[in-house]
Amino acid sequence: MASPVRALLRLPATARPGEVVEVRLLMQHPMETGFRPDATGRTVPRNILRRIEARFEGELVFAADLFPAITANPYIAFPLRATKSGTLTVNIEGDHGVAQRETAVITVA
Amino acid sequence: MSSTRRQLLAAGSAGGITVLLQPWPAVAAVTPALESAIARFTGGSPVQTGRVTLAVDAVVENGNTVPLSVSVQSAMTAAEHVRRIAIFTELNPQPEVAVFHLGPASGHAQVSTRMRMASSQNVIAMAVMNDGSVWQHRVAVSVALAACLEGE
Repeated sequence: MASPVRALLRLPATARPGEVVEVRLLMQHPMETGFRPDATGRTVPRNILRRIEARFEGELVFAADLFPAITANPYIAFPLRATKSGTLTVNIEGDHGVAQRETAVITVA
Repeated sequence: MSSTRRQLLAAGSAGGITVLLQPWPAVAAVTPALESAIARFTGGSPVQTGRVTLAVDAVVENGNTVPLSVSVQSAMTAAEHVRRIAIFTELNPQPEVAVFHLGPASGHAQVSTRMRMASSQNVIAMAVMNDGSVWQHRVAVSVALAACLEGE
């Protein structure tokens, strides 16, 4: 069973209409590459976060496919044009059945 | 005669130093794995140099965490925008690092993340535009301490 991934989703609380804001996502995860042997010489099985999808009020605004070369505790920053107030929902998917949702609210005025 | 030999030896050793000091890597190492990863990303479109800027330090101490940022010159409107940005490495066990999907809702074409590097090598940032053109920026990065591949 997948343990929950601690994730921090940050975006500014407020923005002016049309302003481009930076969304920052930091996840607590080992991102085990699957290339690394352990002390006994056996390869540690891969365990990574594979896919990030960000939707603003249901519309897909950003996605990322991650590979083992992304660091442990992945950090991703991406832009978002603020057009209206609403909720940003980020879905995180990974190996061993990781599926998680984070949300953040922005007020555009 | 002896002075000639001295000059020859001096020239030889100077030449050796020149080779050692050449910026690493002098030649791009395009492996079959990297070629096929790029082909999957571009769909076979020709890759042009420009428009993409990969911001990463030329010398990094710790290959376990290399911060980088990719930006692309684009208005990011419905008519003209970046569809995808990819990061590749030449010598990591797997060439892909990440693929980012953007669109007009992004507003800017800029993403940041942190990657692992198994050795000193070229890092490639590539962008596919909505008109299908593909642009890249290649940066040589020297790594002092490589990301752990061996067991500890």
